[in-house]
Amino acid sequence: MTYDILITGLIIIAQILAVVVPVLISVAFLVYAERKVLALIQLRRGPNIVGPFGILQSFADALKLITKENIIPSGSNKIVFILAPIITMVLSLAGWAVIPFAPGWVVSDINVGIMYLFAVSSLGVYGIIMAGWASNSQYPFLGALRSAAQMVSYEVSIGFVIITVLLCVGSLNLSKIVLAQQTVWFAIPLLPMFIIFFISALAETNRLPFDLPEDESTLVAGFFTEYSSASFVLFFLGEYASMILMSSMTVILFLGGWLPPFDVYPLNVVPGVIWFTVKVIFILFLFIWVRGTFPRYRYDQLMRLGWKVFLPFSLFWVVATSGFLVYFDMLPN
Amino acid sequence: MVLYSLTFYLFSSVAVLSALMVISAKNPVHSVLFLILSFVNASGLFVLLGAEFLAMILVVVYVGAVAVLFLFVVMMLDINFVKLREGFLQYLPFGALLGIVLVIELGILFLTDRSSNIYNNQTPLQPIVNEVENTKMIGQILYTEYFYLFQICGIILLVAMIGSITLTLRDKGGVKRQNIDSQNTVDASTAIEKKKVKIGEGI
Repeated sequence: MTYDILITGLIIIAQILAVVVPVLISVAFLVYAERKVLALIQLRRGPNIVGPFGILQSFADALKLITKENIIPSGSNKIVFILAPIITMVLSLAGWAVIPFAPGWVVSDINVGIMYLFAVSSLGVYGIIMAGWASNSQYPFLGALRSAAQMVSYEVSIGFVIITVLLCVGSLNLSKIVLAQQTVWFAIPLLPMFIIFFISALAETNRLPFDLPEDESTLVAGFFTEYSSASFVLFFLGEYASMILMSSMTVILFLGGWLPPFDVYPLNVVPGVIWFTVKVIFILFLFIWVRGTFPRYRYDQLMRLGWKVFLPFSLFWVVATSGFLVYFDMLPN
Repeated sequence: MVLYSLTFYLFSSVAVLSALMVISAKNPVHSVLFLILSFVNASGLFVLLGAEFLAMILVVVYVGAVAVLFLFVVMMLDINFVKLREGFLQYLPFGALLGIVLVIELGILFLTDRSSNIYNNQTPLQPIVNEVENTKMIGQILYTEYFYLFQICGIILLVAMIGSITLTLRDKGGVKRQNIDSQNTVDASTAIEKKKVKIGEGI
């Protein structure tokens, strides 16, 4: 009896490690890829010293940051100051529990998978608010306030996009959402929703052109101005891990998860996890491409886009989709 | 089952302790953070009950939206805590009364004979594994049996929303607003005006 619990516990821990370790390694390579792609966009070379083609640059950077002195400002609220990066990091890893990488490759195949992801991504704002408030300094505080308003606004349209997809699936389970796309990926019939979701994901992860919480030209470094060494690394890792998480969410909702584009011979032999990875890398490339291309939004324009463009449009699309499904009697049971 | 009761006691004890800290913490921001912790643990308890949809809704709505705005307001307001605590004794009897009423209600609930009332139909406190997801079950009941109540709730929320917007909406003069459509329709013929300037006079 006790051995059973022990073995179940060990299996759970092994599963968690099997997900978290690849995620952390891919974060390191994502940082490298971002710097390389940005360098190519700007006609530079990017990192090319550490390791072959500079591929070990992120590991060197992480090591450098961790060995530096961790400075905690004397005026800060120390417990909250230390908790904030930990919360950011934990939340960006917690979402991975429900992501299906391939048929059956999921740590926890819960019924409300998509709601869980939505909940975890909406909690992400706390790390930033707590960091901004606990730093007890003006720039981080402004960054925190911006981020609170921004992330709450874009969550609303993300919610509507998710509802549209759910109307076509009839289940909140992520594996079922993927399986519902066997005939056609939702990116094709729901193309406008796909675009809205992608842009909202940029805002939700505080990426350019919506990186106003850490806007370096007006706020120094935004909410993590006062952070150094290991706590800064945690924020950095958390941001990139949640970027990959949002990309996987996009892939699962719109690009058919682990499914091949066409169910024909040479394509359907490739394992699902490879299709999943390729699609996630494609979305991540879009994230980096957007960063290299667009200027930063002004704050009022950001709010206008969220509330006056995306919200009415996604609401309309929810009504239109449900009307279409009811009229043609295509509702999933 | 051991793991189940362990997680139950973990969630419930942390929920109760953080609820205590909400009212005893000196710093209001800490209070709100403890409130959030309490919410999260309550949603953990919902998961243990097999009500995973309610659990997620609790996190999304209360933790993800309501508590963010709470925190927002508490951080922005410069509250004088010493002054706030002055009225403590004055409000003590009222608060104590509310507390006693709640305790009595809980006591009645615990002391009633469970074999003779609604508890008969109640399922035991353990994860309920159903064929139908409880999201679907909620939907099937909410949109059929309780349809009118559901609509009334929606209308109440709408009224509250319109009320709060009208209370806070102020039409201040002198605010420059960006009209994106008019900016986009500008072209050379409307933006540039040619003028003949006489030498030595200017415009």
